[in-house]
Amino acid sequence: MRTFNKVFTILVLVFLYIPMIVLAVASFNNGTDPAVWQGFTLTNYGELFRDGVLLPLLANSFIVAVISSLLATALGTMAALGIHAMGPRMKRTVMGVTNIPLTNPEIVTGVSLALLFAFVGTLLKVSNVLGFVTLLIAHITFNLPYVILSVTPKLSQMDPDLREAALDLGCTPAQAFFKVVIHEIMPGIVSGALMSFTMSLDDFVISYFVYGPNFVTLPVEIYNYTKKPLQPKIYALFTLLFLAILLVMVLMNLLEAKDDRQQSVARRAFGGLRKERAEE
Amino acid sequence: MKKLLSMLLCLLAVSAMFPVSAFAAGETINVYNWGQYISDGSDGSIDVNAEFTKRTGIKVNYMTYDSNESMYTKLKTGGSTYDVIIPSDYMVARLISEGMLEKLDMENIPNYKYVDEAYKNQAYDPSNEYSVPYTWGTVGVIYNSKYVDVSDTGSWSLLWNKKYAGKILMFDNPRDAFAVAEEYLGIDVNTVNADDLRAVSYKLIEQKPLVQSYVMDQIYDKMEREEAWIAPYYAGDYLQMAAENPDLKFYLPKEGFNLFIDAMCIPKGCQNKKAAEEYINFLCDPEISGQNLDYLGYSTPISDAKQYMDPDTASSEVACPSKETLSGGSSFINLPSETSQQMDALWLQVKTQGGVDDYALWCMGAIFIAMAAYLTVRGVRRKRRIANRCKKWKPQAS
Repeated sequence: MRTFNKVFTILVLVFLYIPMIVLAVASFNNGTDPAVWQGFTLTNYGELFRDGVLLPLLANSFIVAVISSLLATALGTMAALGIHAMGPRMKRTVMGVTNIPLTNPEIVTGVSLALLFAFVGTLLKVSNVLGFVTLLIAHITFNLPYVILSVTPKLSQMDPDLREAALDLGCTPAQAFFKVVIHEIMPGIVSGALMSFTMSLDDFVISYFVYGPNFVTLPVEIYNYTKKPLQPKIYALFTLLFLAILLVMVLMNLLEAKDDRQQSVARRAFGGLRKERAEE
Repeated sequence: MKKLLSMLLCLLAVSAMFPVSAFAAGETINVYNWGQYISDGSDGSIDVNAEFTKRTGIKVNYMTYDSNESMYTKLKTGGSTYDVIIPSDYMVARLISEGMLEKLDMENIPNYKYVDEAYKNQAYDPSNEYSVPYTWGTVGVIYNSKYVDVSDTGSWSLLWNKKYAGKILMFDNPRDAFAVAEEYLGIDVNTVNADDLRAVSYKLIEQKPLVQSYVMDQIYDKMEREEAWIAPYYAGDYLQMAAENPDLKFYLPKEGFNLFIDAMCIPKGCQNKKAAEEYINFLCDPEISGQNLDYLGYSTPISDAKQYMDPDTASSEVACPSKETLSGGSSFINLPSETSQQMDALWLQVKTQGGVDDYALWCMGAIFIAMAAYLTVRGVRRKRRIANRCKKWKPQAS
């Protein structure tokens, strides 16, 4: 049974990663046809870094991803604090409502945001409302639930006495938050930020509906590349993008593992303390 | 913490600046075109938009779409305005009929005089009030001369030839696929007659057992690698395939063929009509048109542009067919919505008739049965285990 499990796990992993591997191999292939291996080369990467069209688009994607994930993290953390302070029933309702956008089909979110922006545009009599700002708003919108989802558990894991102790020792509520609470929930904030960064970097569906002529991101532009066969430098670009996201995910897992270890150490120490006190 | 906050503030400031900088540089126009449908400076070609900005000082915001239909949706949704769009013939007709285009002021487009008469007064814009041709091309048959007998070529019948069963590719969109069969049967490509359309769909169903697959862009790989030998496709794309595999040949069928024109238009709500007309005029400049289309591989509607093109392309009968050849071509116009709905429904019938889709059904069935079997086996085993446990309990209890 154990060997079966192992084989099955490997099969699933292979199934998941084969497309990426094929893409990565094709990016090193010295020819345009991904099915025929014509020798190892790095020219595709060289061409990519000399390309004047793709690199600015990639930069655009990064700009949107960084700004939207930072803003979403700030807003989401605030929202999580508010939700944490609510009564249990209210909390459940609000969490339910914030989770809906996660399961909502992206295309519905995209179309409704586009309609909303167009509507606001006509109200404000601005005919060119779609652009960088609308793209940013849309990305913040779909990033928010991820941040809330990763920060709220940290808040409930936190010992509420810590904050009260800080208040007792003379902190204002704001100081108590920045000196105590934020350190406790930092792992949640960081993983929320990284998560929303990756979501935003590769988002296509929602961006497709809300982007404007002034600002285009990479996935949207690549989707329209239908008039000519894909050039191998695009494989190189995707490989790099995949590696970047992989890096972020590994980082996130490492952080989480470290946090878990720290917590278990703290719990053991704390438990020991309590036991000692009980014995006294 | 303060560092983090100040960083955030910095980023906010940057983000606030960004859209401003986009508007700051004087005049701008928004151009909405097919993806990869303009020479962008790669492989030593001319960067058309940069050249335009250099000459006029007008900045170009360039946006792309993947099909006429998605461009139409974006226009209809609103929220953004465009100064120049480049739809295909039938979409131009549709936009005109829905009043979505501005009339062009030809005074501002003096280079229109270079456009050949053959591409003026087309059915989609009979009086040339709304559009200026950008590129055009033909749909013909691509075949591999290594495997296909030359005596079999010359007609659409090659696509129905049983000798080459399993080596034939076909368009994967209803309009182009129907046009192929319509031309073969001698029916007008813009017919609205329901019986004709049904007859065409029977012809396509008759062809289905011979077809290897219905494809669009995968045609490049399949033809270049000789997995398939025969396919109907656009002449411009054929030239790129032939560069990879010189055995590939192309002909325009004698029964008639589709001639498509992509044309530049100005949509209603445009912000800067003068600059938009300047842009259209710029693209009609023979020198620009020649270099641009040399890169794209499509044909230019401007004869004077040929001197700026690669001489091989300019003299090729595929890229620049003669007037006599072209007289056999007919262009699409917009079909009324009932006709296109009927066509979509018939196309669905063609695609779902037997064949591959059965496999999907069988697979689904197999998976379903396997799951059901697994669940029953597990249920039975669990019951047995519980029963066993109960047996063990009994003596202890007593």
